[in-house]
Formats: sequence, structure tokens, C-alpha cells
Amino acid sequence: MSDYDFHKNHFELLGLPPRFHLDSARLDQAYREIQAQVHPDRVAHLGAVERRVSMQWATAANEAYQTLRDPLARARYLLHLRHVDTQEETNTAMPTAFLMEQMEYREAIAEAKASHDAHALERLEGQLKEKIVHHLAELERALDQAHDDAAAASLVRSLRFLNKIAAEIADALDALEQ
Amino acid sequence: MALLQIAEPGMSTDPHRHRLAVGIDLGTTNSLVATVRNGISVVINDEQGRALLPSVVRYRPEEAPQVGYAAQRAQSEDPYNTIVSVKRLMGRGLHDLADAGNLPYAFVDAPGMVQLKTACGIKSPVEVSAEILKRLRERAEHALGGEMVGAVITVPAYFDDAQRQATKDAAKLAGLNVLRLLNEPTAAAVAYGLDNAAEGIYAVYDLGGGTFDISILRLSQGIFEVLATNGDAALGGDDFDHRIYCWILEQSSLAPLSAQDTRLLLTKAREAKETLTEYPEVRITAVLSTGEMVDLLLTAQVFDALTASLVGKTLGPTRKALRDAGLTADQVKGVVMVGGATRMPQIQRTVAQYFKQEPLNNLDPDKVVALGAAIQANVLAGNRVADDWLLLDVIPLSLGIETMGGLVERIVPRNSTLPTARAQDFTTFKDGQTAMSFHVVQGERELVADCRSLAKFELRGIPPMAAGAARIRVTLQVDADGLLSVSAREESTGVEASVAVKPSYGLTDDDITRMLKDSYVHAKEDVHARALREAQVEGRRLVEATQAALAADGDALLSAAERADIAQGVSALAAALEGSDLAGLKRAVEKLNGMTVEFASRRMDASVRKALSGQRIEDVEC
Repeated sequence: MSDYDFHKNHFELLGLPPRFHLDSARLDQAYREIQAQVHPDRVAHLGAVERRVSMQWATAANEAYQTLRDPLARARYLLHLRHVDTQEETNTAMPTAFLMEQMEYREAIAEAKASHDAHALERLEGQLKEKIVHHLAELERALDQAHDDAAAASLVRSLRFLNKIAAEIADALDALEQ
Repeated sequence: MALLQIAEPGMSTDPHRHRLAVGIDLGTTNSLVATVRNGISVVINDEQGRALLPSVVRYRPEEAPQVGYAAQRAQSEDPYNTIVSVKRLMGRGLHDLADAGNLPYAFVDAPGMVQLKTACGIKSPVEVSAEILKRLRERAEHALGGEMVGAVITVPAYFDDAQRQATKDAAKLAGLNVLRLLNEPTAAAVAYGLDNAAEGIYAVYDLGGGTFDISILRLSQGIFEVLATNGDAALGGDDFDHRIYCWILEQSSLAPLSAQDTRLLLTKAREAKETLTEYPEVRITAVLSTGEMVDLLLTAQVFDALTASLVGKTLGPTRKALRDAGLTADQVKGVVMVGGATRMPQIQRTVAQYFKQEPLNNLDPDKVVALGAAIQANVLAGNRVADDWLLLDVIPLSLGIETMGGLVERIVPRNSTLPTARAQDFTTFKDGQTAMSFHVVQGERELVADCRSLAKFELRGIPPMAAGAARIRVTLQVDADGLLSVSAREESTGVEASVAVKPSYGLTDDDITRMLKDSYVHAKEDVHARALREAQVEGRRLVEATQAALAADGDALLSAAERADIAQGVSALAAALEGSDLAGLKRAVEKLNGMTVEFASRRMDASVRKALSGQRIEDVEC
């Protein structure tokens, strides 16, 4: 008895080549085409079996789409397919310069929060975004061209930190607006 | 030689036959039912030509409950037994109700959901809502004159799992087959978007009688994709009435009010609010049961000042929804206004100011949700329509599991597209631990105590191992209705332990049966007849769908033996449908369902392959 085939990977399900570089218009299109076929709304008038199978497929399509759409999640997933552990929980040995930078960001956020300086926060947000874009370009080189999985895993760990700081800035901005 | 097939008498083989389905807007203040007739969505009126059914139920001893206008008229004279705004009580415990003290009901604090003491005994909000739904079902059946396939029931987008479950239970109790629980702003977007062939980013600002929702949608190529939703499940037009009511009390030092007078003044407050939509001032007059007089003049200016904080409270969720969608207000192409409360001029002004554009009011804010729900019900019932569209909706509030120290481990983040499933691994805390208990909660806060408790369950039979060696995978699955189911298994040994989910809310099947029996005291049909009828509807649907699937894909996807098996299952079910043996019918349905799992999977797989075939060719080039 086979319900949805969970061995299919996200790239296969969406009919995309397994690499970091992504044609996002094509991803969107593939996702829409699949959902148009499998979404539970298509089988709401049918029996329990069709409804269950449809829910499994639509769930899988959503998971695949969410994972591939987000660059960090996509990189992590590619490394997982290559049996590389990104060691995000265990490996916290970051270069000293990177850690210093983290601390500087945190201090700047705390300062801007204390002085209710939304402009300072927006400036920080801009700087951080640039840095993230730069990291993503490096990640693409490491994964798609150099095939240097160790470097890619290290970039994934750095990006995770950067994303966390970006979220902190967003929260701080949110708090200021209210 | 192939055998010729002959259809069962009374069983339709015509796939083009129109299936009757309705959309129901179960509102805090008013409810409506709509359907698609000749391709156009229309509200079904009552015999007096009225579209709205006031969401008011009055219980009387030894009589059937009154629902709608008659009940509404009685609310001042019989406040304890006349339940208004029951939607605010759905899926809520007594401690959740900030304003319980202001409501003139005799509350009973029951586990999970509050209950009400009435002249007909203790009633759950689910039963009260079911009375409203039953009335709408009767109205629809009368107008449509045929068997209804099912209904789409709308709920506020910001309703949590407990509130959704309660709504679905109410529909079940009212004898409705729920095709889908649909979020109100999404329903409005369907009615609006299809009407205007809209494309781009739209916001739906929905201020109803008791709930506020804001949804941000992307409309593109027939897909309505909800990007983010937010809201306040306890903010609505009722609160504006209440501000006026408090102002009346402040202005006219009255003796402590009886329940009757409270209800009278709340009604006067609502009328004043409605008048201020059209006029700059309103005179509020009332004579209380004590003989005291109320005679006041309320200006729009004072009303604005009284309610400014309520209007402001809608902007926080609006900002959050935009942020979650990764958008700013100036990227929104249009703002669709939904809910009677958006008629208030201060709401219109505030929304226009925030989005820097005039909001869209071209569809009746009272009817747009029901109209959209009917359009969706028509499609979900399996009727073919000219335009093809798809709704992709999200879960409004994150789901998590309690961990050490009363903290929440977030598992399904808010605004995840539905359906969704997320798994999280947990491990044992002590050596030789053989059981674990889990607590599933919903909400955005860090502490379990600040979130809504949804379910507690235990996983037993874990093989004894060292602490930290077991790997228990808990999966939260949320379906297209936004309803949660939970499963758990121990992975490292491959042993699957059993899970007993003990809901901390919602009704068990026994509860539903008991409530059904209670409600049949005043009804003609009995429980068994209804269960049989429901099983027959499902059985006929299954026969029809299976025959259609066999005709379409039987040759391509099944071996001759597989096909013969399924055909035999169909015949057995068709035979069972002839009789009145409920258990036998259920068995036949179950059996055919079991036989068609593989077939359904292959059909789904084939349709996806076909959809992506254009892209697969490109892959070869990469």
C-alpha cells in the first residue's frame, strides 16, 4: 500500500535540478501547477481516501516549496542530500572576527533601541542585508561551482547567525513603531 | 465480452448534474446562507425576504428554541435565556472571557469550553451555534428543494484550533456536511477578486461583530495566496456598542442595572452606533424597569473619541501581517472592507490613512463573506465552473509543544501554508523512562501559560533505555480546515507506541450523540434515521466518484485483476445502499475505501507528472 512516496526529494517533486542557484519564477510555477492538481480543495467532494492522499501530497508540495524558496533552508537541504551535517547546534567555533562583529551588531541594536532611533536600526538592517547577499553569493559558489561542502556548511552556520540578528532588528523596529 | 453496466435506480451517472452546496457565514451578530444559482452567487432570503438571520437563540422551557428576529426581540425581556454573540464563546473557557462579568448569562465553568444555564438546561456554545446553522440549513433546503451535498462554513482567519473545532462540531450537530472551514477574509477575497479580475497584492480588512481579521493576499493567475494573516479574536462592533453603553452609564448616574436593563441599553447603544454612520449626532432615549429615564445626545465627535483606542487596536495586527508578508503598506493595491462594523466612518478614515488610498466598498460588507463561501462551496462540491482558481490559505497562530520549564518549542510557525506537517524529535529525561507526556499549545508567546492549551497526550510503551537514547518523533499535521492532528512514535527501536490524544477542548463523538438525542426531543426524525441518511449520502458519493475514476484512469493505471476487485467493491456498496443496515453500509464503505488507496495514489502521481511534463523536458537541457 503506497500513499505519497516520501522518498522523492524536494527537487524531484518540483521538477527542478538539485543545485543552489534557483530560477524562482520556475519554482513558483511548478509549485502552482502541482497544487492545482493535488490540493485538498480539488477532492473535497470525493471519498476519505482521495482526501487523505491529497492532503499528503499537498503537505509535501508545501514543505518542498518552503524549503527551496528560502536560500538558507535550500542550502541546508542540499547539504543534507549530500550527507553533510551542517553542525549548526554542535559546531559553534566561529572565527574571532565574525564573533566580534556579532557583538558589535548586538551593541548597536541595544543602543538604537534605548535611544528609540529607528533610522539607526534601518541603517543596520541595510548593512546586514548587504552582508547576507554577499554570503549567499559565496554559498552559491561553494555549492554549485567549487563543490566545497565544508565551506558551504560553514557559510550556513554564519548565515544562521546573521538571520538571527536581522530578526532582532525587525523585532526592535516593530517595537518602536507601536 | 465486457459486461454492460446498468446504473442503480435513483443514482445519478451524469457528471454534469449540478450538486447543491451552500456557503454559510456564521457571524457574531448576523448569519447568512448563500448558494450559486445559474453561475451567480446569491444570498438565500427567508420567507419574509430577509437576508440576515440575527445570530440570536432563545431557549424556552418545553418548546423548540427561537432563532433570529423573534429571539432578538425577546432579548431584553428574557436576557438569561436569549443568547447573543455566542460566537465569542466558541472554544473559550470562562477564564478567557475578559468581559464575562458584563454578559447577562448564567455561566457554567466547564473544562475546555464555557457553558450556559438556560431554561432548557445547560447548553454549550456549540449547541447554540448549531441551532443557528440548523435554521440556515432548513432555509437552504426549502429554497433549493434538493439534497445538499455540503456546506462551506466561514470562520475568522484568526480563530485558533479550539474555535475552529467548535465550529465544525456545531455544523456536524446541525446535520451539515462540512466541505471546508473557510477563513472569512479569504471568502471575501474570492467574491471580490473573481468579480473584478483582480491581480496583485490585496489586503482584506474584516471587522465583524466580535472579531477582527486582516489578511494579506497575492492574487495571480487564478491563485488566491494568503501571505499572512493576523487579527484579534475578541475585537469587533460589539466593543463599540459597549463603549457607548459605558458612556451612557457615566452620563446618567443610574441605580445598579438588572439584566433586562443592561440588555436594553446595549441594544440602544448598537442603534446609536448605526445611526452615527449616517448622521452627525444621535439622541439616545430609554425608560428602564426602575422608571429611571435616559435621554442623551451623542455626537460623532464624542463617539470617535470614545472608540479611538478600539480603532487603533486594529492597526497593530495590520502592521504585523504586512511585516510577516514581507511587504509595506504602499505595495498594497487595494483594501477590501468586510463586516458591518467597517461602515463606521472612523474606520473608513483610519484605513484610508494607513494605506494611503480609499478602501474598496463595492460589495455589501454584510454579504460578501457568504457570497464568497457559496462560490467556493460550489467548486468544492465538484461542480464545473468557467474560471478555475485555487485558494492557498495559512495557519494564523503558531503551534508548539511544552518543554522543560514551561517553555514552548515552536513547531509549526504561523502563516505556514496549509496543509502542513512538521515533526520534532524529543528524548527521554531519565534512565528506563517508558512513557512521555506531551502538551500541544497554540500561540506566539514563549511561555506555555500564555498560549492556548490544545491537547495533552501520553506516549506509553517506550522500551527502557538510557536517558537521552530514545528518539520520539512528534508530528503535527494541520489540514486544509486549519485543524490539528497529532501523532507520536519512538524511532530508534522502530517500535511504534500507541498514542491516546485527550483533547482539552472539543466534543467527543459521545458528546455529539448525546446532544443530538437532546435536540431530537423537539424534532421529527430520530438519530438512527439521520445516521443512516448521512452514511447513504457518503456511500453514494463514493460509488459515483469511484466509477468516475475507473472510467477515467482504470485502463491506464490498474491491472485487470485490480480493476475487477474495485468494481466488485463498488457493486457490494451499491447493494448495501439498497438496504437499511447501517453497520453493513459502513463496512462496505470502509472496504471500498481500503481497496482504492493505491489507485488514488497512482492517480495523484500521474496528474502531477502530467502537470510537470512541460518542465521535465527543460531538465534534460540543464
